[in-house]
Amino acid sequence: MIQAIVFLPLLGFLIAGALGRLIGARGSEVVTTAFLGIAAALAWVTFFSVGHAEDKLSVAVLGNWFTSGKLAVAWALRVDALTAVMLVVVTTVSFLVHFYSIGYMHEDPSRPRFFAYLSLFTFAMLMLVTADNLVQMFFGWEGVGLASYLLIGFWYEKPSANAAAIKAFVVNRIGDFGFALGIFLVFALTGSVSLDAVFAAAPSLANHPIHVFGLDWDAITLCCLLLFMGAMGKSAQFLLHTWLPDAMEGPTPVSALIHAATMVTAGVFMVARLSPLFSLSPVALDVVMLVGATTAFFAATVGLVQNDIKRVIAYSTCSQLGYMFVALGAGGYSLAIFHLFTHAFFKALLFLGAGSVIHAMHHEQDMRKMGGLRHEIPFTFWMMTIGTLALTGVGIPFTPIGFAGFVSKDAIIEATYASHGAFSAYAFLCVVVAAGFTSFYSWRLVFMTFFGRRGDWLASIPHDDHADDAHAHDDHGHGDGIAHESPRSMLIPLAVLAVGAALAGMAFAGDFKGEGAQEFFKGALALGGDNKLLADMENVPWWVSLAPFIMMLGGFLIAYQMYVVDKAAPARVAKANPLLYRFLLNKWYFDEVYDFLFVRPAFWLGRTFWKGGDGYVIDGFGPNGVSARVLDVTRGAVRLQTGYVYHYAFAMLIGVAAFATWYMFQGIGR
Amino acid sequence: MIGLLSGLIVLPLVGALAIALVPGDSEAAKGNARWIALATTSLTFLVSLVAWSHFDTSMSGFQLVEQAAWLPGGIGYKVGVDGISMPFVILTTFLMPLCVLASWRSIDNRVREYMIAFLALEALMIAVFVALDLLFFYIVFEGGLIPMFLIIGVWGGKNRVYAAFKFFLYTLAGSLLMLLAIMAMYWQAGTTDITVLLHTAFAPAMQKWLWLAFFASFAVKMPMWPVHTWLPDAHVEAPTAGSVILAAILLKMGGYGFLRFSLPMFPDASQYFAPLVYALSIIAIIYTSLVALVQTDIKKLIAYSSVAHMGFVTMGIFAFNAQGVEGAVYQMVSHGLVSGALFLCVGVVYDRLHTREIAAFGGLVAPMPVYAVALMLFTLANVGLPGTSGFVGEFLTLVGAFQANAWVAFFATFGVILSAGYALFLYRRVAFGVCDKPALLALSDLSRREIVILAPLAALVLYYGVHPQPIVDASAPAVEALLKGFHDHLDSVKAALN
Repeated sequence: MIQAIVFLPLLGFLIAGALGRLIGARGSEVVTTAFLGIAAALAWVTFFSVGHAEDKLSVAVLGNWFTSGKLAVAWALRVDALTAVMLVVVTTVSFLVHFYSIGYMHEDPSRPRFFAYLSLFTFAMLMLVTADNLVQMFFGWEGVGLASYLLIGFWYEKPSANAAAIKAFVVNRIGDFGFALGIFLVFALTGSVSLDAVFAAAPSLANHPIHVFGLDWDAITLCCLLLFMGAMGKSAQFLLHTWLPDAMEGPTPVSALIHAATMVTAGVFMVARLSPLFSLSPVALDVVMLVGATTAFFAATVGLVQNDIKRVIAYSTCSQLGYMFVALGAGGYSLAIFHLFTHAFFKALLFLGAGSVIHAMHHEQDMRKMGGLRHEIPFTFWMMTIGTLALTGVGIPFTPIGFAGFVSKDAIIEATYASHGAFSAYAFLCVVVAAGFTSFYSWRLVFMTFFGRRGDWLASIPHDDHADDAHAHDDHGHGDGIAHESPRSMLIPLAVLAVGAALAGMAFAGDFKGEGAQEFFKGALALGGDNKLLADMENVPWWVSLAPFIMMLGGFLIAYQMYVVDKAAPARVAKANPLLYRFLLNKWYFDEVYDFLFVRPAFWLGRTFWKGGDGYVIDGFGPNGVSARVLDVTRGAVRLQTGYVYHYAFAMLIGVAAFATWYMFQGIGR
Repeated sequence: MIGLLSGLIVLPLVGALAIALVPGDSEAAKGNARWIALATTSLTFLVSLVAWSHFDTSMSGFQLVEQAAWLPGGIGYKVGVDGISMPFVILTTFLMPLCVLASWRSIDNRVREYMIAFLALEALMIAVFVALDLLFFYIVFEGGLIPMFLIIGVWGGKNRVYAAFKFFLYTLAGSLLMLLAIMAMYWQAGTTDITVLLHTAFAPAMQKWLWLAFFASFAVKMPMWPVHTWLPDAHVEAPTAGSVILAAILLKMGGYGFLRFSLPMFPDASQYFAPLVYALSIIAIIYTSLVALVQTDIKKLIAYSSVAHMGFVTMGIFAFNAQGVEGAVYQMVSHGLVSGALFLCVGVVYDRLHTREIAAFGGLVAPMPVYAVALMLFTLANVGLPGTSGFVGEFLTLVGAFQANAWVAFFATFGVILSAGYALFLYRRVAFGVCDKPALLALSDLSRREIVILAPLAALVLYYGVHPQPIVDASAPAVEALLKGFHDHLDSVKAALN
């Protein structure tokens, strides 16, 4: 059965990709969507049979990938409770997004390609979550990265889409740099890359010092930190987050599937999957919590002021992923997966709802050009509202009754308080404050788009923004027209997801929280042993449970005041704090800093090495030597002017080579 | 009766002779030359498959050995294959028919001479990989330069004379030193039989000199930084098929040389100089990747990326462990397929537009969708995406290097980031964007001949990405024997010191 779940999407990709022209757009849509429907149905069967029955763990070995010396890498599908949860999330959301795209993309001439990519992504994601060894996980990891690259750049004629696609791939590769080194280190330490063997060997490596990269490390800590670098890239955590907002260049269903519900949660999945390893390193868990908390706070602040409807939700995703990492860092692995599970529903709902808005507005994404849409597209409005209620965590305090986000997010906040990490207090502060910000930007989005009247916010658009508006198509005239509700194929997925966003928290809380979690996961997560978090979090003070509720309410009221009652307030506040406003609007200037620190130097070095190193130094002293000498003498004047640059280049080259060689000979590299 | 391996060397020469005997420069003569070349290379490929079927992959020693007396004093003609050389023989014979097909229309000037040069080149390249006599190896190793020199110099681009001269100068400088070393080895061992030399212990001090002399030659061929600058020029000027052979086969002779001679014959020196090789490998990976980022000529970009990929090979070989060395062999075979395919892809658009300037392209997806898919596949393989053959070699060499020296793997892994940068940046500029240049809009997609050339490469790149074991298994026994001898020797030296 697991083979069918994983390979049906691959088959769909091959059919739509190779025969797309033969079977046409409609054929491609039907085939891929139907295959995903079957896969999703089977995934739910797996979920109930694995999670709520005796089947603990099964591994279906498909064959050998490669073997070299001691290193043996197999193709195998691992199914346990953790995989089962991911299977359900991935196939369900993917199926709904396939279905939704039939309506959303109906004008696009390249639909077979689009559906092929969607199915390819789903296949890679399923390979990732069923991986039985680290290398296969890396296969899925890079595979989803490829699909993401292809889908972000789907509209390949747009330069901004191409740039965003490359950025996503390269930034992810920076994370993968750490992931790869982590795999090498795990293999060097344990002699294996398969999960069971690594977990079996790990306890004996705890507190085992190793000397790598010139420093003494705790072996497990270094493994975890390197692997976590991969998770940071894929899950767009602080410092490696810059690709995610740009990824919104892709079609909106892609944002819902890849950049909200599934691929970006791969990092969370990875840490949870490797929780037997991470739980052996308190330092690594502290780092995970620190990064998660910082991301939760940072992304929420940026989300406060963005005007592109998709970017608001993108930063929200970034922030919510931070919550999941905080839960992981606290040792509440099942809570992170719980939030991943509920978040998939309400964030996919919000993105697809935003897609419905964008569709109704004729591809307008700027919220300042919206307003009053609740009368024109009421169904979408109600769906978005349910998503917002879930994201902001609306529920009745001290009871288990509430929307999905209330149940899963508040659990994380309680767990953070109950945890004993080095950064627990900092993280608690971050996630509570971020909860308020979340509520503010979410309601701000709803009020700006659906309340008031069209044109309420036009005045806040600076004039120079009109000129280089990348999103709106040439037909600006649509702004005044009436928006129309989307076709049924788009609304049905919204309704299904809305049910999940409303009920998934209450329905499945027992599997992820409290004593039920161990019973459900049956050893797939490191919840046993010394890990008493799930029990401790039941005993937090009353005000801890109330704090997120207060923050949620406060965020809502301020947003209501600023965007419904006193509409001059946003401009006034921005004017009163110009520096802060610009800082947030420009996303803490990460793109500019990175461009200055990494992108330009890389190109500068490339040119210097090419012209100076290869051209002047090597060829100059090599094959062109004699003739070059002669020319230099005759053109003495020219040399005086340009010579300095090359002398630097020459000195640098020789220096680097000499240093690297010396360093290697010293043998201190070990 | 000549054996299989000698047959492989002789067959292309027979084909070359046949072309030479058909005189004239008419269209008919050109057609004959093409068909004879295609038939000969295809037949050679089939014979190499027969040799492959007679090859026992579970054995570590030389197989299919043939021997004949030649010169007095222990110098003879001797050929044979083991798991390290067999994959390269197959790679050579497999790519040759594709190269002939790729030259079908693009070479219209002196077709007979061109085909003769190519067939001679094939014979020499096969001989390099099967030679078991050092002098014979030297002759064919250097002899291969001559047809390549002619292919670049006669059928190349505008700057062909400069490029061919540079290519010749570099490689010749390296090989003269190797000749001196070979003479020294002969005086010491009294024979040039490689199987005997493999079991000859050279004094550690002498090993260092011999190692350096061989290194001079192999480093140029690889090419390793800083003796790589002939490669971009040679590639840019060479005709498409010349670039394919250069990247896919000629570059592999250096790596093959390290495995056949440097490691087993000079183990102490290899160990001693490993840090130098690491340093040069890392510089090659990072430096040339950065240079690739700023190239404006497609072929130059791919040439620089080749230098970076060969950095992984040298790094893996000098890791002295199973993953490193097997990964290096795999990386060489995979790079042969991928870089060959990439140069063929460049040839496809060069034939149509007669430019390789990246800026002249853009939006090729629209007029050439099938071509865009093929180019994407090979670009991803070049980036080392898991699921393509490019991943396995890179991964194994890095795993091997990490165990030998974690810093080396650390720096080399930067290449993984940079390769994604330059390769996708190239693809974006060539295939994506708005196709607004009139010359591009009129382009026709891949012809049937071009699909026949690229499809087998695409299939192999994917097949060996998912199931690389046939190649790894073929080389494994030979590599393990090589490493066992290597480490046994070093251990015994260490034991003697204590």
